Amino acid sequence: MDAFKNWVARTGMGSVLVLALVIMVVFPLTMDIFRLNLVGKYLTYAFVAVGLVMLWGYGGILSLGQGCFFGLGGYMMAMFLKLEASDPESTKIQSTPGIPDFMDWNQITELPFWWEPFNHLPLALIAVVLVPMVLAFIISFAMFKRRVGGVYFAIITQAVALILTVLIIGQQGYTGGVNGITDLKTLLGWDIRDDSSKYVLYFVNAALLIGVILLCRWIQMSKLGTLLLAMRDKEDRVRFSGYDVAMFKVFVFVLAAGISAIGGAMFTLQVGFMSPSFVGIVPSIEMVIFAAVGGRMSLVGAVYGALLVNAGKTYFSESAPDLWLFLMAALFIGVVLAFPNGLAGLYESHVKPWFSRRKSVAKPAASAGEPPAPPSAPTHKSAPPAALPGGVQGQSA
Amino acid sequence: MSNTDFVLAIEDLTVSFDGFKAIDALTLYVDRGELRVIIGPNGAGKTTLLDLICGKTKASGGSIKFKNVEMTKLQEHKIVRAGIGRKFQTPSIYENLSVFKNLEVSFPRGRSVLGALGFRCTDEVKARVQSVADEIGLGDALDTEAGLLSHGQKQWLEIGMLLMQEPELLMLDEPIAGMSVRERELTAELLQRICKGRSVIVIEHDMDFVKRIAHKVTVMHQGKILAEGSMDKVQNDPKVIDVYLGH
Repeated sequence: MDAFKNWVARTGMGSVLVLALVIMVVFPLTMDIFRLNLVGKYLTYAFVAVGLVMLWGYGGILSLGQGCFFGLGGYMMAMFLKLEASDPESTKIQSTPGIPDFMDWNQITELPFWWEPFNHLPLALIAVVLVPMVLAFIISFAMFKRRVGGVYFAIITQAVALILTVLIIGQQGYTGGVNGITDLKTLLGWDIRDDSSKYVLYFVNAALLIGVILLCRWIQMSKLGTLLLAMRDKEDRVRFSGYDVAMFKVFVFVLAAGISAIGGAMFTLQVGFMSPSFVGIVPSIEMVIFAAVGGRMSLVGAVYGALLVNAGKTYFSESAPDLWLFLMAALFIGVVLAFPNGLAGLYESHVKPWFSRRKSVAKPAASAGEPPAPPSAPTHKSAPPAALPGGVQGQSA
Repeated sequence: MSNTDFVLAIEDLTVSFDGFKAIDALTLYVDRGELRVIIGPNGAGKTTLLDLICGKTKASGGSIKFKNVEMTKLQEHKIVRAGIGRKFQTPSIYENLSVFKNLEVSFPRGRSVLGALGFRCTDEVKARVQSVADEIGLGDALDTEAGLLSHGQKQWLEIGMLLMQEPELLMLDEPIAGMSVRERELTAELLQRICKGRSVIVIEHDMDFVKRIAHKVTVMHQGKILAEGSMDKVQNDPKVIDVYLGH
């Protein structure tokens, strides 16, 4: 037991365990399936936020085009599900039965060759992660080898997201256009619209998310994690220590893309459709906000950030739809100005010290799952440390 | 160009920025085990020369051979892997990481992406970090965050990070800038110890310090070599007195 405790403390696993408890036990026990499905949808965005923690927080590379990879992953999944839903029997009223309905509406009479692999689930699942990762590799290799970085890189990622949206909308016959790919029904004959399937998908999603966080934590604790922090601080020093800096940036960009794509595929499965509105610039920036609010140095914080911002979005866009965008912008500006390390930073700088003062009363881990609120009487007003939180060792997940 | 016994052979090296020749047909040889100091007035091209050797700036013409291998076309990290280490003018260390991590990251293993993922901090690495830390006087400060070190200690840490790589040619750009008298003495001793078994190029302005460490001195002026030789010879050269040392 002591060995386990030591391991938890050394690796910063406490917060991951709490998160796993919250999303896999607390939420399913306290919510009906409608709300749980909604939380499941939010958690798919959390994949992107976790990827951004690695990319932006650790690697110092801001991407404003992560929706592009989320969307691609989602589309790959949707293509498989759509083909399964378009068997000749249920599409017999079409002029060409057996192809997706939107193709038929656009006078396409034959399944395009690049849709063929999506008849097979294993190939589709491979494509879910591989296609976005290959695209990410091409973009990042071309950019980072030429030492394009910072704002310029962010703008290029944004352009890529825009191009992909335009492409998807423009090629209506092949992609479903602005409506996206809808009317998804079954996965290998298993109806994904049932309440029971939604439960299963929620847990698969949650388990994948925890798995991805563990993978990222492992990378953070490896020498590669240290190098990412070192590169963010003094890129030239890393380069002149014999490292090919560009390839490390490519790695973390491809990693973030692959993670986002898994989220996208789970989104399609849980929500039942995929459309260009999850690919473009606006969703991409929203995803950066999730990571910023949660804390861009904290994998677990990013998940809470995605949950809270989306819960807020759902609530406010119902009660004050006109105001929502302004609120979102205010939230982002506020977080960046006042708490550059997000909720996780607040937790580190305020809640943790407060708990250690009253250690005998409460255990810190017990409430790590709560949205960390500032203590009732903060001693200093707006003072998260100017420097980012310490080295890898002092870093909790 | 023929092969030589020199560890570093620079011939006819030229670089121009928009027509301005920062380095102008410069030729310089450095012996194995030599500690060479480069002095000269501001703008003479001293730092540019180091930038050219380590690949930070690309040459417009000429050649740089390290152990008879041409360096001018290589990427920076390949030049480092060939055995050239370079310390920057302002301490360039990872402020957010501990001294131990700073040194560990500089250990020349696991330099590829997959290598870095699989890298294990073995006892061998730990022992090496400890011995280098002792060498630079930071043996007791391994757990300190590097940003909290004093200016002099940061300079030493960067030298230590280079020592971790065991370069055959070490280039130091103003290593004692901003150091106290005591720290300068310690640094001089450190340089004398580490130049055993490797060549060192130092850029420095402090004449007492130069006198203490230099085997040979090169004076640069307007991208060219003005004089070269022992400290005594250079100090008494009328051209050098004219442009740099003053009357």
